[in-house]
Amino acid sequence: MAQIAESGGGDHGKGKKRAKKGSTHVDMTPMVDLAFLLLTFFVLTSTFSKPKVMPLAYPAKPKVNDPIPPKANNVTTFILADDKVYYYRGEFYPKSRPGENGPTELSEANFGSGENSVRKLLASWNEYVIKNKAELDKKLDKKQIADSTYENRLNKLTVEREAVKVLIKTDDKALCKSFIDLVDELKIASIGVIAPTELSAGEKELLKAKN
Amino acid sequence: MPKIKMPKGTPSIDMTPMVDLAFLLVTFFMLTASFRTAEPVTVETPSSISDKIIPENVLMVTLDKDGRVFFNLSDPEARKEMLNEMLQKYKIGLTEEKIEEFSFMSTFGCTMQELPAYMNTEAAKRASFPTQGIPTDSTKNELLDWLSFAATAAGNTGRTAFEKAKLKGGEPKMEDFKPKFILRVDSKTLYKDAQTVIDVFRELNLNNLNFVTSAEAIPVN
Repeated sequence: MAQIAESGGGDHGKGKKRAKKGSTHVDMTPMVDLAFLLLTFFVLTSTFSKPKVMPLAYPAKPKVNDPIPPKANNVTTFILADDKVYYYRGEFYPKSRPGENGPTELSEANFGSGENSVRKLLASWNEYVIKNKAELDKKLDKKQIADSTYENRLNKLTVEREAVKVLIKTDDKALCKSFIDLVDELKIASIGVIAPTELSAGEKELLKAKN
Repeated sequence: MPKIKMPKGTPSIDMTPMVDLAFLLVTFFMLTASFRTAEPVTVETPSSISDKIIPENVLMVTLDKDGRVFFNLSDPEARKEMLNEMLQKYKIGLTEEKIEEFSFMSTFGCTMQELPAYMNTEAAKRASFPTQGIPTDSTKNELLDWLSFAATAAGNTGRTAFEKAKLKGGEPKMEDFKPKFILRVDSKTLYKDAQTVIDVFRELNLNNLNFVTSAEAIPVN
């Protein structure tokens, strides 16, 4: 089908050689087939969304003669257990040594966006930082401050007294998905101080009572 | 009533515009496609709002959903250096050819004992190589050795790359050439398993980790 007809080379000398009239019609079907085959292949194999990374700084391993760290203000502890999220605010008070508001109790939260969701809770607790960050963002947009100043101020803001700091504790059955979801929520609420740590014995007891 | 006559012969359609378009798309996809290298594990990463893309010079530890540990170092030169150190330490021999092949591989996961057998397996069959991954238990912490050699090797190659970039002109930042530490976990991996790997990193004083995540839209209030 796709050949171009050639005239036999026998009739030399009979007048001028003439170019063939009419178009030589080439059948393009195989080529189109191939083009679409390649197209399909590349469409199906190419990956568009490149994976991203989420940075998270872990606290350094404690050394033997480290000084006892100063107590941080406004700490919230999140506990990931199985597929549930619990939290309590402030210091941990066991039943044997209750604080001003009695012993610590765990409250449950969820990863949705409605009532009692981690996002709503964090947004209300960390209002101070979120409000100040919005102002900084505005200044950055108007080019009133440089990128480096913006970052410096933001870092300072997240360690201020009013800013919420978060401890993340996990039990043996917690999945990585909930851990990353939680860190993600913390980043959405612009919390700068995040420290994953171990469960204490008192917290373990409270967890047991919950299940 | 006269019959309507159907035209004889095949109607010819000009396919040129379609072909043009098809080839245009083929070219586009060919040039934009970035192929995934064959990985011995499939990992479904959780999602986050982070928009930082994976840096160039990386040490990546992968954890599959059963908690098996795999390791990858991006720089081929550093990989060679790291492997040689490891072979020396564990007194295991590999042919020059296999060492060369190793330096261009991607993620791998096996014990040092299994390494010669692992390297002798065909590249396509390595995904089904029966292994428990790189051991991380405190008595036989091979991951700790891989990581410490890899961090030194990647640090060295990063420094040379930095010097080269400096000679070329411009103002490269040393920060961009330092090796980054990346943890790729499956959504269903137990955090406990990830924690053992994180503790290995912390043991080496590498506290700034990055989690691989797929992108997610930032919620608007």
